[in-house]
Amino acid sequence: MRTLLLKSLFAAPVTIGAPNADDAALKELGRALAARGRRLFGRSLTIREIDAGSCNGCELEIHALNNSVYDIERFGLKFAASPRHADVLLVTGPVTHNMKIALERAYAATPDPKWVVAVGDCGCGCGVFEGSYAVIGAVDKVLPVDLHIRGCPPRPIDLLRGLIALVDQATAKA
Amino acid sequence: MTAVDTAGIATILACFAPVGFHAPWQRFDVDAEAWTAIAKSLGDGAADLLGLWGDVGAVHMALRAPPADPCVVSVAVTPTLPSPAGPLPFPPPLAGEGGVGASGGGTGRGRFPSVGRFHPPAIRLERTICDLYGHVPADAPDRRAWLDHGQWGLHAPLGAETPAPHRDPTDYEFLAVHGHGLHQIPVGPVHAGIIEPGHFRFTANGETVARLEERLGYVHKGVDALLTDAGLAKAARIVARISGDSTVALSFAFSLAVEAALGIEAPRRAAILRGVMAELERIANHLGDIGAVCNDAAFALIHAHCGIFRERVLAASDAAFGHRLMMDRIVPGGVAQDIAADGGAAILAALDDIAPRFEEIAALYDDTPSLQDRTCATGYVAGDLVKRWAAGGHVGRASGRNFDARRDLAYPPYRGLSFAVPLYATGDVDARVRVRIDEVRASMRMIKDWLVHLPSGPALTPLPQVSGPREGIAITEAFRGDVLVWLRLGADGQVARCHVRDASWFQWPLLEAAIENNIVADFPLCNKSFNCSYSGHDL
Repeated sequence: MRTLLLKSLFAAPVTIGAPNADDAALKELGRALAARGRRLFGRSLTIREIDAGSCNGCELEIHALNNSVYDIERFGLKFAASPRHADVLLVTGPVTHNMKIALERAYAATPDPKWVVAVGDCGCGCGVFEGSYAVIGAVDKVLPVDLHIRGCPPRPIDLLRGLIALVDQATAKA
Repeated sequence: MTAVDTAGIATILACFAPVGFHAPWQRFDVDAEAWTAIAKSLGDGAADLLGLWGDVGAVHMALRAPPADPCVVSVAVTPTLPSPAGPLPFPPPLAGEGGVGASGGGTGRGRFPSVGRFHPPAIRLERTICDLYGHVPADAPDRRAWLDHGQWGLHAPLGAETPAPHRDPTDYEFLAVHGHGLHQIPVGPVHAGIIEPGHFRFTANGETVARLEERLGYVHKGVDALLTDAGLAKAARIVARISGDSTVALSFAFSLAVEAALGIEAPRRAAILRGVMAELERIANHLGDIGAVCNDAAFALIHAHCGIFRERVLAASDAAFGHRLMMDRIVPGGVAQDIAADGGAAILAALDDIAPRFEEIAALYDDTPSLQDRTCATGYVAGDLVKRWAAGGHVGRASGRNFDARRDLAYPPYRGLSFAVPLYATGDVDARVRVRIDEVRASMRMIKDWLVHLPSGPALTPLPQVSGPREGIAITEAFRGDVLVWLRLGADGQVARCHVRDASWFQWPLLEAAIENNIVADFPLCNKSFNCSYSGHDL
């Protein structure tokens, strides 16, 4: 283990450069975010991820945000285990009927001010599951959504750009 | 168990003629008596249950009794079923499901002889058939709803589709646990991590788990209904999204099943490219799991390195096939697009970069007693349980079940290929990690061999026009175990009916056994060492 640690100490970082905030996301957020809540956050947001019916593809890419390559924490974003500690709910879908109550409860358990980000083509629309008796559909059919990050699944870099736009807007001086 | 009568099932089936077109293995329409006899044989260990699913007016069961090929048997459901006196259902049937209202006695709800009565691995599958189709398994030991949480507004959405009032989803009777000093810990459906939803009900005595009971179905998306009468292209896109981590294996199985039904085979180049994708998917998932298991034992260093390796594999997959998870790349007839010009080089470069560093990590796992203190002897699954449930993947192979669909049901490009299938007998978290480590190595070798000798030629063959309904079945080895796809193509060549069975169906119940007598704090470790799919199971 010592050699491995020593090697890592002198190796160049694997982390990618900081991407720019997503323009479309900034535009959407500009509308969604009032001055409310700004200045409360010192460039830091805590995220709670909720799978409300996803195929797990989105979760794999959201997971990747935590690895050394994307290293989401350097942007002041971190994942929390409880909605009680969260500022942002990152929700994947399509929202199933069987998950509706759990999603609503997680939202109710999140303290204000809070934001909801819908992730993936299923969370933003309904994806290939449109028309099923078992799904409600897009996240915004159940919760007010502030930001949509599309893709099937969205690449980690797209997730990062959307979330950086959110942290920029949410913590900008009013 | 005494000598198992493996010839029994063959003798029973000899009385029935196989149905019209069902490839590559045969399907038999049998009567209730033969069905029950086969169920008993399953219970005696004469065959592996590969799947059990509903259809309009019928129930199908896939099984395998080596050395014979797998086969499918079907039984028609009947409103009245002469049923032998059996154990009373537990708990009492729900309203509208037998005892009350639309009873199984003659109001149109079809019944079929329960398989779960003799062979417990069938129980959850039967509960699902009852939820989705309304077919009642007669004399079933467990008649609680499984996927139906009372939220659809419908009974039997694929059957009678009768309106149903919403039920309180917490109104579910968990199995009783008796004893002194027991307390319950309900967990989920929303878990404390970036994972899929499901409910775990622990009954613990202090820190020790006396029983875990799972309740799943939260991400049920009605896939069987969506696939009914779907166009081929649409069905392929849905199947690719049944479980995102196994998208390649699922598309692979779906495509093989369509090709079997049409009587064609994908070109050699396509078969090799499919293999490359399937092994890349296996490597990426295993890397993620090895890291995550170590992370759950608070050893973050391996997790960090495996995360980087995984990222390298996904980036190479993206460069070669245009999608990090390679979704929608495998289609009936071959692959949707050929590998990028420099794709092979990108994959080889990534593997050459990772291989020596992965060995350092594997050695670190071996040389860290504090880590193995957590993984060794934790989450033990007995070999006979794994055999009974026919559990595939690392769950089976870590407990001595020597089965790998790539070798034992060899399909292209694995046909004729020689590769080692890792096998361990200790059945603990450590063994499941070691199976993954061995498989990462084997998959890297396979990919390298294939890419060096990649045959030229077309990567997609046109699908022929067919007449009359044709049925196909296929099993592929996903990273977590064998997935089964069965389908019927209509006269128009479109999907009339399709059923997908994820490996998780036969692994989830064993997780309940694995955690027994372990401490609650080791559950994440055990759970991750299985890494069952919620979405693939809930469909």
